Amino acid sequence: MNAVVAGITYRAVLGRRRVLLLILLPLVLLGLAVLLRAVGSTDERAVVTLMQVYAIGTMLPLLGLIAGTGTIAPEIDDGTIMHLLSKPISRPVIAVTKFAVSASLLAVFAAVPTFVAGYLLLRGEAGIAAGFALGALIGGIAYSAVFLLLGVITRHAVTIGVVYAVVWESLVGGLVPGARNFSIQQWAQTFAGQLTSTDFFKPTVTMGFAVPAVLIVTIGAVVWAGQRLRVLSLTGDE
Amino acid sequence: MNIELTQVSRWYGNVVAVNDVTMTIGPGVTGLLGPNGAGKSTLLHMMAGFLAPSTGTATLEGRPIWRNHQIYRSIGLVPEREAVYGFLTGWQFVLSSARLHRLPSPEDAAAKALAMVEMEGAKDRRIETYSKGMRQRVKVAAALVHEPQVLLLDEPFNGMDPRQRLHLMDLVTELGAAGRTILFSSHILEEVERVAQQIEVLVAGRHAASGDFREIRRRMTDRPHLFRVRSSDDRRLAAALIADASSGAVSLSEAGLEVQAVDFRRFTWLLPRVARDAGVTVWQLSPADEDLESVFSYLISRSTR
Repeated sequence: MNAVVAGITYRAVLGRRRVLLLILLPLVLLGLAVLLRAVGSTDERAVVTLMQVYAIGTMLPLLGLIAGTGTIAPEIDDGTIMHLLSKPISRPVIAVTKFAVSASLLAVFAAVPTFVAGYLLLRGEAGIAAGFALGALIGGIAYSAVFLLLGVITRHAVTIGVVYAVVWESLVGGLVPGARNFSIQQWAQTFAGQLTSTDFFKPTVTMGFAVPAVLIVTIGAVVWAGQRLRVLSLTGDE
Repeated sequence: MNIELTQVSRWYGNVVAVNDVTMTIGPGVTGLLGPNGAGKSTLLHMMAGFLAPSTGTATLEGRPIWRNHQIYRSIGLVPEREAVYGFLTGWQFVLSSARLHRLPSPEDAAAKALAMVEMEGAKDRRIETYSKGMRQRVKVAAALVHEPQVLLLDEPFNGMDPRQRLHLMDLVTELGAAGRTILFSSHILEEVERVAQQIEVLVAGRHAASGDFREIRRRMTDRPHLFRVRSSDDRRLAAALIADASSGAVSLSEAGLEVQAVDFRRFTWLLPRVARDAGVTVWQLSPADEDLESVFSYLISRSTR
């Protein structure tokens, strides 16, 4: 971890227009929670659906994409990353720092609003607020690592990320039960299930699979991103 | 400190950007001269550790440059691309550089570097409000903040106004005189001639010439020059010119005469005299190949011969 790299990265991500998306998506979640509360549908089933479909299923991967790629891809694109790379700092340290920045942003913009929305609707009932917040936190960590790696290895990180989140996780994961094992959202739901006690929510992936999967994917992606940064080739405008 | 390239080539797919270059860059100021697209940036990026040679080796004092972040303790790099963090002020940018180098007193180092490029006045403005020349100067300050033994600058004078250019040239000259190893790339001969003691010429990815500026200048003027001449009697003038050894070939066309002068000095001295003696009025005399490209292509044809 390097404080200077972290500081510059926070300013770069939060200073760009995409910060609006980081704010907008959780605002929609809170708005939906307020709406549900207003129309009186604060039963567990409705809240679990909101959490599964929007908080974990839509908001988390999109925020992950914005924060994960946003901490590095624009800098590689416009060459500003040279300022960090032309210093006697090991490249893996830069990768770990950028990952930590992204994960912390997701804790603030995904996990916290998820808890607040759940708490607005159900207070502490059935552990739903805390459970899904934990899921969003763990999912956010894994997404940060994967999307950071994508941002380092390809210039089409956002496109590939959207395809992964929409096509693989939502579509294939919805239709093919086996594919759910290889979906960060499903792992996030597994962690959420550890704290919840409701009949309306049963995660499909076991903890025995989700825990090592999250660890391997997160650590693997960050290490790989660090190695790819070591051999990052940058050329001039020629 | 020496940067050494040994039989370095770099290609992108089928395109060869740098072709079998061997050179040593030592203390003092070296200019890397070549037309646009000659591979100067590619070569500089290999010296700066941002590109791996496809074959050959690039080393700094015997240590490999590629995949070795420790070299940045000794290297300062000023990239050509303008992009810097626009949301930072000049001060924050240079200070961040000092901190990333873990200097004992980053504030002092940053202030000193900014003073060196005369940017104290604008240091508290965001970089996005800077002119191109000012951006260039903060980039130089950020690269100099740790007082590196080696400074690499990619087209550093581009976009600077004449006063800024002179100032940076003086700074580069001073640093070179102090024993630092400085390499800068440029496509302008006059620029390189003014600052560099040693000139390396790169044309189409090949190391075309190497020497001090007198040597390079001589090679560039002592080449066959092609002139177009229009006069009151082209044929008579042609006959008079070919009689002298300074003209290698003379051809006659509707558009006038084309003269290949093998001895530039003698030819320019001779032409008015020959014309006068022959009673011919010269209306127009223009060099046909004075552009840098043809000068460079001449150099490369000589170096491969």
